[in-house]
Amino acid sequence: MASIIDIKDECSLHVRNFSFTYKGATTPSLKKVTMPIAKHSVTALIGPSGCGKTTLLRSFNRMHDLYPGNKYEGEIEFEGRNILDPKEDLIHLRTKIGMIFQKPTAFPMSIFDNVAYGMRLQGIKNKTELEGRVEKALQDAAIWKEVKDRLKHDANGLSGGQQQRLCIARAIAVEPEVLLFDEPTSALDPISTQGIEKLVIELKERVSIIIVTHNMQQAARVSDYTGFMYLGDLIELGHTEELFVTPKEKLTQEYITGKFG
Amino acid sequence: MIDKIFLNMTRTSALLILFIVAWIFVVLFNHSIEAMQTFGFDFITKDEWAPNLEKFGAYAAIFGSVASTFLAMLLAIPVAIGVAIFLSEIAHDKIKGFFGVSVELLAAIPSVIYGMWGLFFFVPILRDIFGGMGIGLLAAGIVLAIMILPFMAAVTRDAMNTTPDILKESAYALGGTQWDVIKDIIIPYAKAGIIGSLILALGRAIGETMAVTFVMGNVHHTPKTILDPTTSIPVTLANEFTEADSSLYFSSLFGLALTLLVMSFVVIAIAKFYFLRKVRKGQ
Amino acid sequence: MTATQKRIIINRIALGFSTLSAIIALAFLFWILGVLVMKGVDSLSWSIFMFEGSPPGYAESGLKHALVGQLILVGLATLIGVPLGIMAGTYLSEYGKNSKLAHTIRDISDIMMSAPSIVIGAFVYAVVVMPMGHFSAWAGAIALAIIMIPIILRTTDDMLQLVPGTLREAAFALGAPKYKVIMDVVYRGAKAGILTGVLLGIARVGGETAPLLFTSFNDNFFTTDLNEAMPSLTVTMFNYAISPYDDWQQLGWAAAFILSMFILGLNIVGRLILLAGKRK
Ligand SMILES: Nc1ncnc2c1ncn2[C@@H]1O[C@H](COP(=O)(O)OP(=O)(O)O)[C@@H](O)[C@H]1O
Ligand SMILES: [Mg+2]
Repeated sequence: MASIIDIKDECSLHVRNFSFTYKGATTPSLKKVTMPIAKHSVTALIGPSGCGKTTLLRSFNRMHDLYPGNKYEGEIEFEGRNILDPKEDLIHLRTKIGMIFQKPTAFPMSIFDNVAYGMRLQGIKNKTELEGRVEKALQDAAIWKEVKDRLKHDANGLSGGQQQRLCIARAIAVEPEVLLFDEPTSALDPISTQGIEKLVIELKERVSIIIVTHNMQQAARVSDYTGFMYLGDLIELGHTEELFVTPKEKLTQEYITGKFG
Repeated sequence: MIDKIFLNMTRTSALLILFIVAWIFVVLFNHSIEAMQTFGFDFITKDEWAPNLEKFGAYAAIFGSVASTFLAMLLAIPVAIGVAIFLSEIAHDKIKGFFGVSVELLAAIPSVIYGMWGLFFFVPILRDIFGGMGIGLLAAGIVLAIMILPFMAAVTRDAMNTTPDILKESAYALGGTQWDVIKDIIIPYAKAGIIGSLILALGRAIGETMAVTFVMGNVHHTPKTILDPTTSIPVTLANEFTEADSSLYFSSLFGLALTLLVMSFVVIAIAKFYFLRKVRKGQ
Repeated sequence: MTATQKRIIINRIALGFSTLSAIIALAFLFWILGVLVMKGVDSLSWSIFMFEGSPPGYAESGLKHALVGQLILVGLATLIGVPLGIMAGTYLSEYGKNSKLAHTIRDISDIMMSAPSIVIGAFVYAVVVMPMGHFSAWAGAIALAIIMIPIILRTTDDMLQLVPGTLREAAFALGAPKYKVIMDVVYRGAKAGILTGVLLGIARVGGETAPLLFTSFNDNFFTTDLNEAMPSLTVTMFNYAISPYDDWQQLGWAAAFILSMFILGLNIVGRLILLAGKRK
């Protein structure tokens, strides 16, 4: 059976007996996953391609609801309620739980408008407030210096690494509690990757972070907790050093020593 | 040896299309010289079209073409965009499939049938509502709008569908509603493609003959209101080409054909090269 | 009201309008289809296929002349347009590729696909009808072929480009000359796509009226003489519809129905072939 550590610190999310089935699929892609997510820390999800990492991550902000016919079972607790409840206010949920995608997704608008987008959705119109918060978000995402002279320029003119940091700025500008990263560096060069990793570590002071990565070194570098998934099961969740040095499960051991993948 | 023959045959066929297009322009131009020499610019600025007096001013036909197309665009664009949004963002897969296929099949219905429907079923309604004959600019604009609607909706939907899912998801992930995503992400992203598609539809509408022949009235008058009967270039050609009895009359009709060809070439070229080319590069 | 509540309401309204426009559009289009089917089925009878046109008021009148004429015109146009279109498309995909010439030809054919078809009719009138001195089936078929060529050319070009380059290389590696590679490998790989293109091309010109008005003109009687004016369903429909006679109008609707079924059928078959080809 799975070996899931009991997290003593405060948790921001609790996944309990969570199963997920895609529309038309006969077997669930996630099977009774139970997993605590510690607050203000980085939790990495690793495992071979197709094991369900992305599926789990996209359940936290109910991204799957964009495509009708998928089925959630079980519970994900956030701020004291089950966010899988059909009555959950998804707009509110998504402002509390932000997401960064595999590829940079700069919107077809200026750099400033990109970062201001989420705040404007929330009805913030005051120009000085917007300007202040955009600057702060860009600074927190470590990209302010590079873009401060061209805020009005089209965001698509930025490099891939810059765009990804812009997306992070955009996500943190609305001050979420949780940030979800789905292989955020898979489309980036090593230098940009380093920058994003550094940023992830800095950000955990303010938000809880869940990061999917296919790169075990990356998980080891940035995370406090690591979950190893395999064929829709969470096999093991532990402190990152422990999981990589003394895994409790045989499957974990085989995976981290490269016996399969 | 055979290889050479094969290459030459295929190349000749390919060059043929360029040749035909050039030939069309040359032939139409040559045949319209007489009218151009006789009337000069009056040909396109005067609206007196009196075959019995050998007077041919194409202004009414040109105006009718432009006005009916403009009216059709005005009516069709909002609906087409609405349909495209419905098809790409709102409808469930099954409805989407059904709707999408019907729209595409409807785009294949011969345009003369839209004209027949317009004459027998729609014009009487207009007559009841507005009085008069029912035939005229308004009827032509509406029938034309309905005729181009399927094509317009289909190409607009295709343009919207080029927006990457991941971009839309990013906006949803910030708490956007469907409409936020449509107006802030999809439309700006697909703008060039959408505009190009709409102009392409305009290019088709301006050259459409059969849908409007029955319902426009075929009188060479510049309409004073949208209820007045008038004519357009294709309608004039369809009705008068086989009746022309003098060389100047023929030449004037060829002049109309050339005018129409140039107008639609320019419109389609703008859609293709200015807007749709950008789309290709963007992807 | 918070900003978010306002957004939610605007969202509902906007999506409501969009759905409404879809319903309006569909209502109009089904109205037209409904009229076509009701009127068409009403007017259908066996005599339509047995008799040719006759003056209004005669019982024994039908569309045989127009049906046969339509088949001859479209068939002839296909015989002219399809080989030329396929060869031209072959040149673009296999020889011209990304050359300036190839791109120019592609662009010009794209424009031609949307060019007013009545202008093609005027052109053919000038270069075929005037020298011959009279209307003819040939003139009509040539006008339709000119409309067809760019369609076939573009689909052939697109479909051949979908055939993987490795397949061609494998055939070249066996020492086959280029024409053989194209005939045996490339065409075979793109068979379904080319066929679909041909069917859609036929469907497109089959519904054309404008370019026939002053090329093949019309005739109320049965003829197979390609050097004479030839009736077609579309032009017959046009003439009958604007005639003041009830029985002619009925025949017009019958013609509209038969033609639309034929064109929809071609479209559907074309799509099915493409789907079946993709599934393989
Ligand atoms: N949209 C979808 N519809 C159906 N099945 C899907 C879909 N997306 C992913 N899957 C399936 O769910 C499983 C988990 O996929 P995913 O979460 O993307 O894996 P990972 O991110 O770990 O590579 C896979 O078996 C995959 O085939
Ligand atoms: Mg994944």
